Amino acid sequence: MGLETKLGDVLPEVITTRLDALVNWGRKSSIWPATFGLACCAIEMMAMTDARNDVARFGAEVFRASPRQADVMIVAGRVSIKMAPVLRRIYDQMPEPKWVISMGVCASAGGVFNNYAIVQGVDKVVPVDIFVPGCPPRPEGLIWAIMKLQEKIERDKVFKEEQEKVA
Amino acid sequence: MQSLFNSLDLQFVLGSLIKIAIFWIFIMLVVAYMVYAERRVLAVIQNRLGPNRVGWQGLLQPFADLIKFIFKEDLVPLAVNKALYMMAPVIVLVPAMMVLIVYPFGPEVPLPFGGVLSQLINDLTARVGLNWNVDLRTINLYITNFNVGLLYVFAMTSLGVYGIVIGGWASNSKYSLLGGLRSSAQMISYELAMSLSVVAVLIQIGTLDLNEIARGQGDWFGLRWNIFGGPTLAMLPSALIAFVIYLISAIAETNRVPFDLPEAETELVAGFHTEYSSLKFALFFMAEYVNMTTVSVLATTLFLGGWQGPFVEQFPWLGIVYFLAKVFFFLFLYIWLRGTLPRFRYDQLMNFGWKILLPVALFNIVLASVLGVLFL
Repeated sequence: MGLETKLGDVLPEVITTRLDALVNWGRKSSIWPATFGLACCAIEMMAMTDARNDVARFGAEVFRASPRQADVMIVAGRVSIKMAPVLRRIYDQMPEPKWVISMGVCASAGGVFNNYAIVQGVDKVVPVDIFVPGCPPRPEGLIWAIMKLQEKIERDKVFKEEQEKVA
Repeated sequence: MQSLFNSLDLQFVLGSLIKIAIFWIFIMLVVAYMVYAERRVLAVIQNRLGPNRVGWQGLLQPFADLIKFIFKEDLVPLAVNKALYMMAPVIVLVPAMMVLIVYPFGPEVPLPFGGVLSQLINDLTARVGLNWNVDLRTINLYITNFNVGLLYVFAMTSLGVYGIVIGGWASNSKYSLLGGLRSSAQMISYELAMSLSVVAVLIQIGTLDLNEIARGQGDWFGLRWNIFGGPTLAMLPSALIAFVIYLISAIAETNRVPFDLPEAETELVAGFHTEYSSLKFALFFMAEYVNMTTVSVLATTLFLGGWQGPFVEQFPWLGIVYFLAKVFFFLFLYIWLRGTLPRFRYDQLMNFGWKILLPVALFNIVLASVLGVLFL
């Protein structure tokens, strides 16, 4: 990914366990979402940053319009077949490490749009880390997803090979 | 060899290096906590809490962001012009940092234990056979003293435009290109008004040396600032006009709200740094805040008396407090404006710059000259 892959060649594994803790702390404390709203769920996604819910407390209020600067993609709403390649491209444009939150039942499983035009679950297009149930999920639900994602990042290993060995 | 180690040049270089290190760390901390302050103050303006989970009251937030940026994939898109793409963030940040050396943080201050310290250094160097004669009883709170400090600041800050244009062009993306063009057009047109507005102050005070400018505002119990007309109250109108013009163009110069068109998300994604990720984006980000600090320092020194204030004569260390208080006031103003104002349209921005700000600045020079001839 970034600098740490080069560090791994030089430094022994002992040092990298502490590096894990530091890097994961940084990553989980500064999850910047991509500005990417698809449908009505996006309204609730915006409500996540307002005075009542305030996701800024977790350092995650910085919605970046450029996917190059974002860490997590919140798929907020139904994904049409036409939108799928666009969504995939935005995901590909994001630099590693990146995460995906599938927000709401439409993004997660198609929901009421059980028809030919809608992708039945966004995990067919991109790997999803957290599914948030609801139609739409309340902002609290999305903040729960961010906190779950933080827990997931905490368990992450800086070197992916090592992670596979553990798993 | 002996003569080299004994020369005053070496001592000057060493002293400057130590000062540069201290000043640099200080400015980086100011930049880091400026970002944090912006998020907290904006949150308060919008009746929210802001980052408060990382460390006590979220005080470690800037470091978390920095660690994340360092350990994020350094993505270089395929179609970019690699050399220029890599160079652009450096070209933006380095001139912004270079301005640091002329900031007058305070008057000449007595260093605590300075006498003992210089004695110690002289003894130690004498033991290895050198003949140093260091005097640390009083130190100056600036790195170096130019007699054209103000010109140097303007020259350096205008170099930043190149980085933005190059970054926008080398990214090979339409959003970046448009953002870079907008930014350069905006910075060039507002820089004109900014430099012209400063002329009124120069007529009052008659020097380009930032330390001299700060020192010259010490009358009236340390409150005879240039914004009140400096040497004579009759210059008040031209000084006030100059201050307002400077303030507006300084905000436009640093691409901040309400003049943040180069980064308008609704039109240009992220402007000139659309294609930049990880640390390169962080460099652009830092440069913006360093530039904000620079124009705030300049506004403080030129208009609000720099480190001058009551009792600075008796307690020189108080000067640094006054100086920082004034600088932080301007930095707070930036955040305040961001929380209050919407964004200009691009044609409004250019019309305002060329048709209102520039003529007023030109007229102000005439006004200041006439007042100067009559009353100075």
